[in-house]
Amino acid sequence: MILNSLFAQNKKMKNKLAFTGILILFVIIFNACEKFLPSAPEADSVMDAPIDGLTYEQNKLFLEGAEEFDEVYTTETGLGPLFVSTSCGSCHAGDNRGHPFTALTRFGQSDTTGNKFLDFGAPQIQHRALPGFVGETIPNGATSSKFLAPIASGVGFLELVSDEDILAMSDPLDQNGDGISGVPNWNTIPGWVKPFKDAKVKNGKYICRFGRKGATYNLHQQVAGAFNNDMGITTTFLPNNPFNYLTGTQPAPPSEPEITDASVNGVVFYLQTLQAPIQRNMDDEEVMKGKAVFKSIGCENCHKETLKTGPSPLKGLNQVEFHPYTDLLLHDMGAELNDSYTEGSALASEWRTTPLWGLGLSADAQGGKVFLLHDGRAHSISEAIQYHGGEGDKSRKNFTDLTESDRNALIKFLESL
Amino acid sequence: MKKTYTFRLRKLILLALTCYAIHASAQNDSLMNTKSTDSAKTRLNMDAIYNRPFLVSNKLPVALGGYIEANTQYSGTDGVTEGFSFQMRRLTLFMSSTIAKNIKFLTEIEFEEGTKEINIEFCAADFQFNPLLVFRGGIIMNPIGAYNQNHDGPRWDFIDRPLTATGIIPTTLSNVGAGLHGKYFMHNWIMGYEFYLTNGFDDKVIDNEEGRTSLGAGKSNADKFDVSNSGTPMYTGKVAIRNRQFGEIGISYMRGIYNKFRADGLKIDDKRYATVLAADFNTSLLKNKLNITGEFARVMVDVPSTYTQQYGSKQWGAYTDVIYTLVKRKMLGWNSAQLNVGLRGELVDYNEGVFTETSTNIGDEFWALVPCLAFRPSGTTVIRFNYRFEGATDLFGNPPSRTNTIQLGISSYF
Repeated sequence: MILNSLFAQNKKMKNKLAFTGILILFVIIFNACEKFLPSAPEADSVMDAPIDGLTYEQNKLFLEGAEEFDEVYTTETGLGPLFVSTSCGSCHAGDNRGHPFTALTRFGQSDTTGNKFLDFGAPQIQHRALPGFVGETIPNGATSSKFLAPIASGVGFLELVSDEDILAMSDPLDQNGDGISGVPNWNTIPGWVKPFKDAKVKNGKYICRFGRKGATYNLHQQVAGAFNNDMGITTTFLPNNPFNYLTGTQPAPPSEPEITDASVNGVVFYLQTLQAPIQRNMDDEEVMKGKAVFKSIGCENCHKETLKTGPSPLKGLNQVEFHPYTDLLLHDMGAELNDSYTEGSALASEWRTTPLWGLGLSADAQGGKVFLLHDGRAHSISEAIQYHGGEGDKSRKNFTDLTESDRNALIKFLESL
Repeated sequence: MKKTYTFRLRKLILLALTCYAIHASAQNDSLMNTKSTDSAKTRLNMDAIYNRPFLVSNKLPVALGGYIEANTQYSGTDGVTEGFSFQMRRLTLFMSSTIAKNIKFLTEIEFEEGTKEINIEFCAADFQFNPLLVFRGGIIMNPIGAYNQNHDGPRWDFIDRPLTATGIIPTTLSNVGAGLHGKYFMHNWIMGYEFYLTNGFDDKVIDNEEGRTSLGAGKSNADKFDVSNSGTPMYTGKVAIRNRQFGEIGISYMRGIYNKFRADGLKIDDKRYATVLAADFNTSLLKNKLNITGEFARVMVDVPSTYTQQYGSKQWGAYTDVIYTLVKRKMLGWNSAQLNVGLRGELVDYNEGVFTETSTNIGDEFWALVPCLAFRPSGTTVIRFNYRFEGATDLFGNPPSRTNTIQLGISSYF
């Protein structure tokens, strides 16, 4: 009897101990929750963080802009009826470069006398349409070119490079004899786009810098244009829906813009305050060797390593040096990259130098593969280099003549960007 | 006059007594007993709505019941966490009555996340002509998959519902309609069928803020209990078979036009269908110590060719729960307490296929593994601890985001 009673007491004690143990375990787990959560990726492997030095208020604005950037639009919220994509974020996944699925198609002509197809809804095709509507196709006689969305990260820095600095890099007559004669894209800008204080003007045209052919002036124009041309969303700046020449219809503009100015400005602020892509493995010997090769074979003549921002009320953007590997100028890239389509003063074979920052992270935004150049036709960095003609021809030849070791080092450097 | 009152009073008392008798029997048949006795009883998932504990009173002609689900949660994705939260997932109230012989009524009203969503999830009357032929009309749970029919929180050792039962089949999927159901018993076997016509989904299936094909987005139309968006009925049918030894298998099918294709007599669009095929199973092994439940669902949706591939025309999901009872005996004063461990594995592809532009795989895939520890003081109450590991790729199949979630919660019938 006594033994039984002792065993029973023992059993009760064991039960109590077990439950106390489990309770303690839960308390430990909940107190150390963060230890059980996945860690953050390295800062240099993502592109969606804000620049340093934002105030609490600016951080809130950044987050509101990020939400707007990733919002998926629907019929109810203004999408379409014709569109290319349903959100900013779907073209710039992770604020990185775009995927061919969200490439947009521009159409027009091969000369620079202006777009002859404005009555056909030029310059952009909206090939997708809400159910019950018809998507557009390229009209007969028009030339066209596909554009992949560029990296969104770091564009706030590019916006602040002064016109003066851009002109200083320009060498239209190739006076230095290096075979490079970059020119800015002088283009007209809509009345609602406010030029910068020290903007250079030539025949009523301004130096534009965004877009594959550098035909867009600033981020405000870029964002309002993308809402309208890419998503079919009206704003006070662009109050009409895209026209569909196939059906001869242009849905009547809504009485109120489909999104507010605050939404447009929110996305602009978000883009302006996105951090620039961060280089990885900068101190790696192979990477440093590759960087030297990059300069020695003339890549840096167009893909300028360092630029400087002008004045900005945002501390992190105010007169700082940054490393985008672009000169923001147009260059003749030869016959292979001539799509017979002109935009602004950019000729058919002319393309604005693509910033190389973030190049090594392309695969992380393009589903594990890489789709490089303006339309994603190159599937590796080497292939992209081999497409360089015109002003890039000399560097391409230099690249081909490199030893295997130097070529590998160069690729490793480019992958570190 | 007095006579009429007496007559009515007698009728009421009789009704209350009948209810009491029926629901006392329903209580014996409740989950609590199911868990503690033979889980291979001749019951199907389709019986879940009536197989719940109810509170009855001699004076009331109706039986009442319900359950709550609440939990704490700490979650983080790729190093970013919003911290710790308490969550009141849902409060559900049931009410049932036996109106007359072979005529039953039940309703289920749910309050989700406080009062953020208030839904009538079920509200129907059953007219039984024969066990094989029961007419049901009202707001009906579409019998697609098993979880949609058998989703009460206290029945599960996992806090989150499986993605297959939220992202693919939007549990609780119910709609207004009518149809037939019935059962046939033979020795160790029971076979059941259900077939209903209901209102269907709406255009938001492929035009929603989720940015993916979603039956869940297409079910939230506030007018759905009043007007069929397409003006045509949706068909849902299920057959299930259970054997005492082997468990239950069910196959279900649902199809209907989801878009508005005509207005004021004019055709404004093509007819587009949403189709769902689901298979489910459950079994108990090792003298009911090991319980395995699983479900597979495939959705096919007509998407216009000039629309965006972001909204997929095919999606699928599957999950399996394995629950093992470690201990079942008197614990901490509860006579039939139970300590379970379990694991859920789940996989969902919201967009099958390849991009037209690149012939590369379209992503938008999710997977999760969820170990759990659950203590059941009784069959109707559970205290559960879950640790969820989840991965998700974006539309392009880029490196997946990782989310871990720690949850401790309770769920109980009352």
